[in-house]
Amino acid sequence: MRPLGFGELSYDVAHLLGAIVLVLSFAMLYQRRLMALINIYALQAVVLALAAAWQGWVQGAAHLFVTAAIALLFKAIFVPVALRRIVVKLMIHRTIETVLGIGLSMVAGVALVALSIMVVLPITGEAAVLTREDLALALSVVLIGMLVMITRRNAITQVVGFMSLENGLILAAVGVEGMPLVVELIIAFSVMVAFIIFGIFFFQIRERFDTLDLHYLESFRGERR
Amino acid sequence: MSGLELSALVTSAAGLVVLVPGLAMLLLFAVPGWRVGSLVNVGASVLTLLAALRLFFLPPRADVLLHVDAFNIYLVALTAFVGLSTAIFSAAYIRFEVNSGKLAEPYLRFYHAMYQAFMGSMLLALLANNLGVMWVAVEGATLATVLMVSLYRTHESIEAAWKYFILCGVGIALALFGTTILYLAARPVVGTGLDAMTFSTLLPRAGEFNPAILNLAFVFLLVGYGTKVGLAPLHAWLPDAHAEGPTPISAVLSGLLLNVALYAVLRCKMLLAQNTGAIAPGPLMLTMGLASLMLAAFSLWKRRDIKRFFAYSSIEHMGLATFAFGMGGPLANFAGLLHMTMHSLTKSAIFFAVGQAAQVKGTQKFAEISGLTASHPWLGWGLVAGVAMIAGLPPSGVFMSEFLLLTTTFARQPWLAALLALGLLTGLAAMVARIQGVAFGATMPDKSEPPSAAALVPLYLHLALVLVAGVWLPEPLVAWFVQVAALLG
Repeated sequence: MRPLGFGELSYDVAHLLGAIVLVLSFAMLYQRRLMALINIYALQAVVLALAAAWQGWVQGAAHLFVTAAIALLFKAIFVPVALRRIVVKLMIHRTIETVLGIGLSMVAGVALVALSIMVVLPITGEAAVLTREDLALALSVVLIGMLVMITRRNAITQVVGFMSLENGLILAAVGVEGMPLVVELIIAFSVMVAFIIFGIFFFQIRERFDTLDLHYLESFRGERR
Repeated sequence: MSGLELSALVTSAAGLVVLVPGLAMLLLFAVPGWRVGSLVNVGASVLTLLAALRLFFLPPRADVLLHVDAFNIYLVALTAFVGLSTAIFSAAYIRFEVNSGKLAEPYLRFYHAMYQAFMGSMLLALLANNLGVMWVAVEGATLATVLMVSLYRTHESIEAAWKYFILCGVGIALALFGTTILYLAARPVVGTGLDAMTFSTLLPRAGEFNPAILNLAFVFLLVGYGTKVGLAPLHAWLPDAHAEGPTPISAVLSGLLLNVALYAVLRCKMLLAQNTGAIAPGPLMLTMGLASLMLAAFSLWKRRDIKRFFAYSSIEHMGLATFAFGMGGPLANFAGLLHMTMHSLTKSAIFFAVGQAAQVKGTQKFAEISGLTASHPWLGWGLVAGVAMIAGLPPSGVFMSEFLLLTTTFARQPWLAALLALGLLTGLAAMVARIQGVAFGATMPDKSEPPSAAALVPLYLHLALVLVAGVWLPEPLVAWFVQVAALLG
């Protein structure tokens, strides 16, 4: 593979798309409204699809276009529509309570990005520049996804955090050139996400509790009396 | 995946082991009636066990998706065996639950199908030659069990399932990230293509991988799959999932799923063992193992719920096994492999007994399950024997593996051995203290008739095996353990 660097179109575009995915992760951190959060997630999935398609173009790998199509159809269209319907049908509160304040969440997010850059860049010296930086961006998205899951008490937001974490995984997987089974792995993961969303609806949480807020769900901790 | 590979999957002997539960799952979705369903479930488990045993008579082989070697062959047989005995127990358990009105017909069709899906995906995870296939299989096993944990649809079971889902979902996501990074480390050496992620390609050449990237991959894989092993501090899902689901599921979760997750960690550890530049995975695993042991041993004292109690005991024993593999070397690895096997048999037996006790007394609370040896001698003494074995009293297989681990640790790291002994004794004391009331306390009145005597057969079968293993281990088993212990480094 020819070396890539700044100023080359294929490198710059991939870098730009990866960075937009990360920026959208930050947008999730400060979003307080549920519907807006779902919109940001959908937008992130669209950008991810573009990133996967671009990698498919650069690497000449046809299966990455399939990955991009899955991201676009399932993650950017199906999942947000399903989530919106659940929010409406279960009449969930439209504002999100956060455990950490917005400011603190953002600081933690920046710290996580710094951490992933410091972890990934020094050790991947031999790998191609594009792969290294993609991996650093992907790890940041994964960690911020976890942060979103930790700092939100609402089940829907936890799921959105989980799915944005998954976006980070896909970003990593398409960035590593030639990885086998990418499509199969992503389909398997999508099945899991579909189950979670299905679960929210059919676990009948709504039927038994007045809210999806897990704070209420945790009525017993560890031991029944 | 091309059609050729799929047909190879179907025709190979290893493929058959996965295929039987897969087809049984489809069949069970179609079968009406829980009676027929539980019979088909047992029948499919018999066929799976036969297919698994057939592997012993064929030469070991590896193709692009599946492989059979010394490490997974006995785990496959163990999984299929415990799968069968649990299916027998499950049939009696389900009949009782239906008769007492706790479970409704439609859920049971689903339950049996998911049982086979769970068995199939665990066997696939064990037989997978490909890191990606292994990951998909572990994920599938998680999905199947989540649905079964929430089977009763009570407040608590839904919370347990949600917790299990979220925690293990993140764990599995991290394992996928680790898999991606592992491939990044391997790519300059093994190139691209479907076989570039197979163990049989990776293992001989792991020495040439970039050690720093390999380290990073292992950390993610350890934390990811370690969540499913139930290692502290990632164990929070385990007691809830065990306590709130149906008891047959507690038995296979404890006895099989934790083993499969540990197996995944060990496969990745093998790669590190081949690479001289990589970090020693030992200290990481020692710390997590010891932390799990200590946390569980002390938590045992506070439990009021009997299934939750034995779930913590599973954390303790998976911690012990992880500790053993972290210690490394032929003896400690041998002890770890033996411990995985013995814990699997003993703990599932205990859950068989606990399930029946809880059904008879209509509760899972220690205080209300009392005097079992007087009212139900076979069940009570079976439980006592199981607890004595899992607590590590001689002569049992668990005693042997713990003794082996303790002596080898003492010879190499006396301080660690002291901590290990403290954990083991604390756990033992908690077991003794708790079981006394259950077995010999004042007899509490029964809420209902005990399930059929057939449910006792798997219990005593498992206990007999563990007892025999404590006195005599078959020659081929020892040979496998020695061979695998050497590979684990």
